[in-house]
Amino acid sequence: MAKRIGIEVSLAISEAVKLANVDAIAAYPITPQTHIVEHLSELVADGELQAEFIPVESEHSAMSVCAGTSAAGARTYTATSSQGLALMNEILFIIPAMRLPVVMTIANRSLSGPISIWNDHSDLMSVRDTGWIAIFAENGQEAFDLTLQSFKIAEDHRVMLPISVNIDGFTLSHVIEPHEFLDQAEVDSFLPPYEPLVQLNPDKPVSMGMVGIPEIYFEAKKAQDMVLIESKAVIKEVFKEFGEKFGRYYHVIESYRTDDAETLLMTMGSISETAMEAIDIMKDEQGRKVGLIRLRLWRPFPHEELRELLRGVKTLAVVDRAVSFGSPGGPVATEVRSALYNSENAPYVASFIAGLGGRDVTIEHFTTMVDMAERMAEQREVHEYKMIGVRE
Amino acid sequence: MDALNVYAAKMAPQQESLANGHRACQGCAELLAVRLVAKTLGQDFIIANATGCLEIVTSSYPHSAWKVPWIHVAFENAAAVASGVEAGIKILKKKGKYPVDREIKIIAQAGDGGTVDIGLQALSGALERGHDFMYLCYDNEAYMNTGIQRSSSTPYGASTTTSPSGSESIGQVTMKKNVVEIAVAHDIPYVATASPSYPFDLMEKVRKGAEAKGPAYIHVLAPCPTGWRLAPNLALSIGRLAVQTKVFPLYEVVNGQYRMTVSYKNHRPVADYLKPQGRFRHLKEADIAFIQQHVDSSYDRLLKKIEMSEG
Ligand SMILES: Cc1ncc(C[n+]2csc(CCOP(=O)(O)OP(=O)(O)O)c2C)c(N)n1
Ligand code: SF4
Repeated sequence: MAKRIGIEVSLAISEAVKLANVDAIAAYPITPQTHIVEHLSELVADGELQAEFIPVESEHSAMSVCAGTSAAGARTYTATSSQGLALMNEILFIIPAMRLPVVMTIANRSLSGPISIWNDHSDLMSVRDTGWIAIFAENGQEAFDLTLQSFKIAEDHRVMLPISVNIDGFTLSHVIEPHEFLDQAEVDSFLPPYEPLVQLNPDKPVSMGMVGIPEIYFEAKKAQDMVLIESKAVIKEVFKEFGEKFGRYYHVIESYRTDDAETLLMTMGSISETAMEAIDIMKDEQGRKVGLIRLRLWRPFPHEELRELLRGVKTLAVVDRAVSFGSPGGPVATEVRSALYNSENAPYVASFIAGLGGRDVTIEHFTTMVDMAERMAEQREVHEYKMIGVRE
Repeated sequence: MDALNVYAAKMAPQQESLANGHRACQGCAELLAVRLVAKTLGQDFIIANATGCLEIVTSSYPHSAWKVPWIHVAFENAAAVASGVEAGIKILKKKGKYPVDREIKIIAQAGDGGTVDIGLQALSGALERGHDFMYLCYDNEAYMNTGIQRSSSTPYGASTTTSPSGSESIGQVTMKKNVVEIAVAHDIPYVATASPSYPFDLMEKVRKGAEAKGPAYIHVLAPCPTGWRLAPNLALSIGRLAVQTKVFPLYEVVNGQYRMTVSYKNHRPVADYLKPQGRFRHLKEADIAFIQQHVDSSYDRLLKKIEMSEG
């Protein structure tokens, strides 16, 4: 195992992409994603990574170029944020439908307007239904490890779907953290070269992206949904293999001090680290029966694992980092509620929206949310959601 | 010159990479042009196709008319997808993961809407980056697939479903955007105009474009009987009239040097081109005179560029 080195998380991700020996990278700059692709272009320029770096004229073209490189049979990577992701939107739907295993880092950021470059999850939520596997990393090590694992998951012939690895913009992308890198031999022993299932090649001509007449469209969509749902088994398999090989274990939902907990916080992304501190204080100093679960896999949504983890839990406080305008809750909470709706002894689910557009979510905010959730649960208060940390 | 361009089917390559049985309208000159392009390119090429008539009529699952690898992703991004295919194959060849012994030409193809309007940015990006590919715009002068709406390639005075002629409007009120010149401005090795009414000229240009190292752009006038309100048997002759009236001159720009590839000593009046087409039916003599003036001056400007190239 290689030594620990302190490095900016964005650069660690680029190193993972390099170790994955990608063939093609197409990208367009947008803060806070920029460091990742800048570093990749350097690696290509210095001959450290043998790949095509295609500096396109927009994110729409970035994703379109990725469609082309991936269809040609090349291992393909891109990264973006916010407005860039929004501009890709049209093509994001087409990539999984064509079963192209593109890997993309999203340095999560708010969406205009007003224009804001700071972190929240609005960008990812706006592409929720495009059919990509979506994974969250909450620190640099996870971002490094999950980037490598994503190629393996995406390119598995049982999956063949694109993956977004989500990292919080700035709060994660721009911080320097200690990372334990893997060396090339270790990565090669884990990640085999990409073997495309179909490829644009005159030796065996295929037509890709044909017209879906009504007699076939519905079936195509069902097949796509099935394969996304079934990818969860492969994701778990890859997590397990990675853990056994390198000693760092990943789960579709991570638990933190949940034994005997009656109230759980649920988070996604780097605020989980602050949430852990809040849990430590509540548990160790106040003796409260609380714990934390962190959603690692946003799509496919791990509802079975969630129901299993929530057995015996009375109250769940879900913290969202995005607004679904006009909806009865934050996007994650709404999902959780519907996953639990028909199950017996489901906990009371409180929905909180916090930390929009780079607003800090503090330890006090987390304790407030736990307090509020427990009080509301006791009174069985019917509520939609509450915003935390906003000036009224 | 005219006689030389009479199409003798037997003189064209026998190979067909575009199968018959596609669903284009009767007399569609776009599909005829595509067939000639495919004949010229043989088998070793890959197509990135934009959304539009050409994509719809050739790829209705499970029937594909394409005997070569073909990909369609969306409407405005054929040039970007082609960039990706080109870059992908290039790196895979370098890494020994793709047959290296084959010269495979990458083709992007789109209608005028997918090229001159919504696809212009992706086209410009791909030309500027210098990918080794050839872009073919099949210009039927409107968004035909969605029902004959105007594009910025629709000529002045044409009536379309979103530029209808009426008591207060002549129809299309703007002049056709000159995307050929925009392509030339990218300083790419090969740019040309072409027409299926001049098959050998078209095939020669496709061959040159394919041989060019770097981006090539060919703008093909593709008469559309349905959208031009024209009898289907007239599509090819109207294409000839477009050239004979100077409306659509056939020329090429090789490394910045202009050359007319089909020329006539005497040109016919533009009215001969406009009159058979229902989309121009409403034009009055004065309108036609105005169009004639515009055609003349555009043509003269082109001649000046050719003279300058001849030095
Ligand atoms: C982003 C987007 N906007 C609009 C459309 C609808 N659309 C599909 S084909 C088409 C017209 C195509 O026109 P053109 O490129 O001129 O090709 P033609 O069909 O005339 O050959 C339009 C507007 C689309 N598919 N995607
Ligand atoms: S509408 Fe025009 S361009 Fe489209 S298939 Fe018919 S004739 Fe060809």
